[in-house]
Amino acid sequence: MTLVSFWFIVLVVFWTGFLVLEGFDFGVGMLHGLVGRDEQGRRVALGAIGPLWDGNEVWLIVAAAGMFAAFPGWYATMFSGFYLAFVLLLVALIARGVSFEFRDRRDSRRWRRTWAAATTGGSLLAPLLIGVALGNLLHGVPIGTDQEYAGTFADLLNPYSLFTGATVVLLCLLHGASFLALKTAGEVRRRSLRAGRRIAPLAAAAVLGFAVWTQVMAGNGVAPLLVEAVAVVASVAAALLLGRGRDGRAFAATSVAMAAVVVSIFVNLYPRVMVSTLGPSADLTVSNTASSPYALKVMTVAAVALFPVVLAYQAWTYYTFRRRIA
Amino acid sequence: MSAVDLSRLQFATTSIYHFLFVPLTIGLAFLTAILQTLWYRKGHPEHLRLTRLFGTLLVINVAVGVVTGLVQEFQFGMNWSVYSRFVGDVFGAPLAMEGLAAFFLESVFLGLWLFGWDRLSKRVHLATIWAVAAGGVLSAAFIMAANSWMQRPVGYQLNAAGDRAQLTDIWAVLTNIVFLWAYLHVLAASLVTGAAVMLAVSAWHLRRGTSTEMFQRSAKLAIVVLIPAAMLALFFGGRLGINETKYQPMKIAAAEGQWTTCQPCSFSVFQIGGGNNDQTPKKIIEVPHLLSVLATGTWNGQVVGLNPLQTQYAQQYGAGNYVPNVFIQYWSMRAMAYGGVLVLLVALWGAWLIWRKRLATARWYLRVAIWVAVLPFLMNTAGWMLTENGRQPWIVQGLQLVRDAVSPSNSVTTIVISLSVFVLLYATLGVVDFLLMTHFARKELAPDPDPAPAEDAQSALHFTY
Repeated sequence: MTLVSFWFIVLVVFWTGFLVLEGFDFGVGMLHGLVGRDEQGRRVALGAIGPLWDGNEVWLIVAAAGMFAAFPGWYATMFSGFYLAFVLLLVALIARGVSFEFRDRRDSRRWRRTWAAATTGGSLLAPLLIGVALGNLLHGVPIGTDQEYAGTFADLLNPYSLFTGATVVLLCLLHGASFLALKTAGEVRRRSLRAGRRIAPLAAAAVLGFAVWTQVMAGNGVAPLLVEAVAVVASVAAALLLGRGRDGRAFAATSVAMAAVVVSIFVNLYPRVMVSTLGPSADLTVSNTASSPYALKVMTVAAVALFPVVLAYQAWTYYTFRRRIA
Repeated sequence: MSAVDLSRLQFATTSIYHFLFVPLTIGLAFLTAILQTLWYRKGHPEHLRLTRLFGTLLVINVAVGVVTGLVQEFQFGMNWSVYSRFVGDVFGAPLAMEGLAAFFLESVFLGLWLFGWDRLSKRVHLATIWAVAAGGVLSAAFIMAANSWMQRPVGYQLNAAGDRAQLTDIWAVLTNIVFLWAYLHVLAASLVTGAAVMLAVSAWHLRRGTSTEMFQRSAKLAIVVLIPAAMLALFFGGRLGINETKYQPMKIAAAEGQWTTCQPCSFSVFQIGGGNNDQTPKKIIEVPHLLSVLATGTWNGQVVGLNPLQTQYAQQYGAGNYVPNVFIQYWSMRAMAYGGVLVLLVALWGAWLIWRKRLATARWYLRVAIWVAVLPFLMNTAGWMLTENGRQPWIVQGLQLVRDAVSPSNSVTTIVISLSVFVLLYATLGVVDFLLMTHFARKELAPDPDPAPAEDAQSALHFTY
């Protein structure tokens, strides 16, 4: 395997890791007002992700920075092309990020309600926009042969990408519900299970639709088909497991479903990284956007040395905060 | 305004804003870790209360620092796509390493520290705050290495087409002499910022006579850190200046408003006029030889003037204006230097009062010390103005011009929208952050000998967890 392909895989791991981990934070953010009937309940819900979400979000930063380093051409086109969508994404992430820290700093109902709105709205908007962005990589946007974006904001709002965005949001909701079922006890857990059961059929249907649509639009061999099948099976399994209250397995299933949805976009893309609607010759590929071999080698050494350590201490956080909250 | 100007304005606004929080959190993380270490070693409950107070201030500001840092991470690609393609090979590597080595460390361990009071042993919990502090120090290292490469590109080679700078030597990038001094300078400035805020909060409480014993401790710690940090910041800044004279002579000549070559050069303490790159400001006070010493490190060193440099650059790089905004350079330099000296004097005054055991009752000193906290933020901003404005019109010194680096796909309208959105959002965040800061900084600290129970709303949340 070449270093270029290796770095493509690394980036898939970063994006997948981000959505699997931050995905349940997004879900909890969207659901916290629903599963927590009173202030105590909302606190329990948010407390479940309190020590974890900040570290989870760093996966997005390394995904972006890793892209910049390994595939500058990809990073440059994607980030400048999706400009307004990313401005919105940043607003969502900012509002949501500070809301966790700020909401309990003052004892006033209006203050809390304001930040709760930021938590909910930001947690909805962020996965939606990220889903739309990932969908657009595969659907294709106008890119010139100079690799610069040649479209407008409206070009990003095509049906496939919007559907991908909606699928990611539904999966985040399901993922968040199963996480809360796993991590809380009492009233919040009951309400999370109930919310999860209601969302599950919708999410499973969305994943099925996404898999079929992706296969029809951009089917790229047997391996992608398998990944799409895994996504469908896992989301159906999550629905069944939640129905039986098997929260641990349900959470494992939603994790797999989320991962498979993200991975299916990238396996269908490879070796392209962004499809151009102006013709295949303008497609961005791993080879026409990659950094030099020396830079990739340096990055590989750094990643191989650092990443296992990061995984170890992040896993330790999850272990430290393993208890259910009530 | 053109798309280039607007993109510049947006980047300047968002990065200056981001950098109000970064040095504060780097400094405060370190000081909070010291406080907690004191508590761990001596078991004095007052140190614990101080740890919690300054830890709260730290967390509020980390929140804003982290989310505004996200904007920085995205903006290179969003607004500067040509730049990103050109430098990604070199510039991307330190950014990615920053994420892997520093941001994970900072964020994960901050979560552990914040929520781990009753989950971790005392010793491990203490280690988590030190990990947070280390994360901040590391992240500054990588970002300064990347930035210094824009000031003095090293360890790269242009590709055959000349449109990509390719990394050839990572060690050259990480041992860039401009980076080494700039990094040390930023670290010292961060300690100055954190310590000045700690001093101000302590002075406020001492003036009111609340928990005098306790806030004398934190005031002492702040002053003990402030004196060497301020001295070092001035010293490292000086060394950085000498290296900039070598590699970015325009930057230093502009900072001194030096239009003609001089030898030996006197330092202009104060001048009137000089706006719009007017070459004949009225110089009020000048100190002989001082500029030679500051810019070259020698008594009679030569400083090449802006006009001869302009002629030289026009020959080397083609026709164009290579002189940065001299007015900004001149006053940024002075804001930083004079502010630094002022902070140092206030710290020394404080040390004298401590020695005379009069700190808690020195009304005038306490009044002044509260307001000194404003200075580091002005100086930090001035520092960036000096270093980034002094790089203009280049985005990478000698390799790429700012006007050639901007994303061609962004219209003026698009950037006006994003700039307005960021300004509004940041202004709101700034107000909220400031209100929370003053609220918590002024709060009476209830005695809290036991780390586990809830003492305010935030730890109630931890407790339910």
